[in-house]
Amino acid sequence: MNNRKPKILGTFTLIIMIVCSSFLGACSQKEAKGKKHTVTIAGSTSVMPFTEKLAEHFMVDHPDFVVNVQGGGSSAGIQACLLRTVDIGMSSRELKEGETALADTVICFDGIAIIVNPGNPLRNITLSQVKSIYSGQVKNWKDLGWIDRQIDAVTREEGSGTRGAFEELVMKKEEISPAIMVQDSNGSVKEVVATDPYAIGYISLGMVDEKIIALKVDGITPNLENIREKRYTIVRPFLFLTLGQPRPTVFTFIGYVLSEEGQEILRKEGLITKVYE
Amino acid sequence: MNKKNFGKENLIRYVLMLFALSSIFFLFLIFAFIMSEGLKLFFKVGLLNIIASLKWAPTKGFFGIFPMIVSSFIITVGALCVGGPLALACATYLAEYAGKKTKMFLKPAIELLAGIPSVVYGFLGVVYIVPLVREYLGGSGFSALSASIVLGVMILPTIISISYDALTSVPVVYREGSFAMGATKWQTIYLVVIPAARSGILAAFILGMGRAVGETMAVIMVAGNALQIPTSILDPLRTLTSNIALELAYATGDHRSSLFSTGVVLLVIIMVLNFIANFWVKRKVIKGS
Repeated sequence: MNNRKPKILGTFTLIIMIVCSSFLGACSQKEAKGKKHTVTIAGSTSVMPFTEKLAEHFMVDHPDFVVNVQGGGSSAGIQACLLRTVDIGMSSRELKEGETALADTVICFDGIAIIVNPGNPLRNITLSQVKSIYSGQVKNWKDLGWIDRQIDAVTREEGSGTRGAFEELVMKKEEISPAIMVQDSNGSVKEVVATDPYAIGYISLGMVDEKIIALKVDGITPNLENIREKRYTIVRPFLFLTLGQPRPTVFTFIGYVLSEEGQEILRKEGLITKVYE
Repeated sequence: MNKKNFGKENLIRYVLMLFALSSIFFLFLIFAFIMSEGLKLFFKVGLLNIIASLKWAPTKGFFGIFPMIVSSFIITVGALCVGGPLALACATYLAEYAGKKTKMFLKPAIELLAGIPSVVYGFLGVVYIVPLVREYLGGSGFSALSASIVLGVMILPTIISISYDALTSVPVVYREGSFAMGATKWQTIYLVVIPAARSGILAAFILGMGRAVGETMAVIMVAGNALQIPTSILDPLRTLTSNIALELAYATGDHRSSLFSTGVVLLVIIMVLNFIANFWVKRKVIKGS
């Protein structure tokens, strides 16, 4: 009796799964047949959620379009675009040498906030202090005017677009010390900082909430206004990349993203649009 | 009738053999795939620049994984220090002292321990062990120590079940002989039974090590993943497995190959450990028969 129950349950689940998947398969096939224009997009996981949102709205307005959005990371997006496996690559970092064959379109800007635990009395930090923490020269909160306690700095993993932008905008020529802790997403960095009172980290400004404190950098609060006025400088572009002359379909989607409507969606998500134009 | 049965028996035998061989086939596929992706970089930048170099910055052309090899080793030893004595004590109790009813309760509980997903261990580690270490011992809490504690618990089922088998396979005559000499139960256990089961217990520890070296998710969550060789047990560190899982999402080109190279090194370590464990188990079997 005891053995039978899970077996039946298991079989039942399996049947449901098969039925569902075949149903879904049939559905998507049908849809694909009806809609003629597809746009494939892949790349930065920082840009992906916003592109998905844009794609949803776009597909409501343009029922004859299918927009597929995938992640993979900035570097993967750039590679895929160079190999023409996707129509649009997403990147949260500037193009490097050897990638300049791609045409880049800035769809919006994103600030990077330096964050600490709410229990930390520090509210202001200078760019050079951030730099010396991450290069491993400053290791104690005492040097920043707090208690005598080791600084638990957190960075992102190698290859991350946020890390790439941080290296470029904050570290400049210096390297991030190998003693710094590494987490693999904006979310986990935030989680570490939210639970460890002695931690410091950096995340996308759109991710900042009440669990953590975003520090003023050189006395300037990281908010939309200060970024728009170019006072807050740790800002990176979100890029759409295309190779050669894009197809009209692709062009239509990019046009939508840059339109007032598309930009409004991005603004609502906490990103900064049309600043540097 | 007999002939027909014979044919049917043979058919089943060969079909089952085919399935058995498929496991080797998959092993071979995995091996070939990792080697083909990972060996490229060894030829390109040289073996020593990978396994003996200290600097890991794959997007800038540095592929040193030596700190990660050391780190993997440290938390494996740490896990054994935490889990080993506990597991051995548990196995001894199960094999020598526990009554039928206790056993009926304890053995499934230990098996259940093996069934808990590693991300759950990691989560518990982050929520409970990391803050405790941070509060009472200092550092960020994301450390070799936290990882060792979490891993120590995770390797318990492996070590317990294999050492239990080793202990119960010690012939009863050994114990009877010992009792006849006037030894107490405890003296019998630690002077006769455990030494007799030594090779099996060692094999259990080595397989436990294999599990610790290979564990990924829980370690990423509690170890802090810094790229240094830790100087204290409170320092964060990054193991070989964490390195692959952390960076795979964004890796392209040489960076990607370097992660497969990390996989090659890991594969070699696991293979050596399994080889040693098998060698010990085999010796035990020969001795026992």
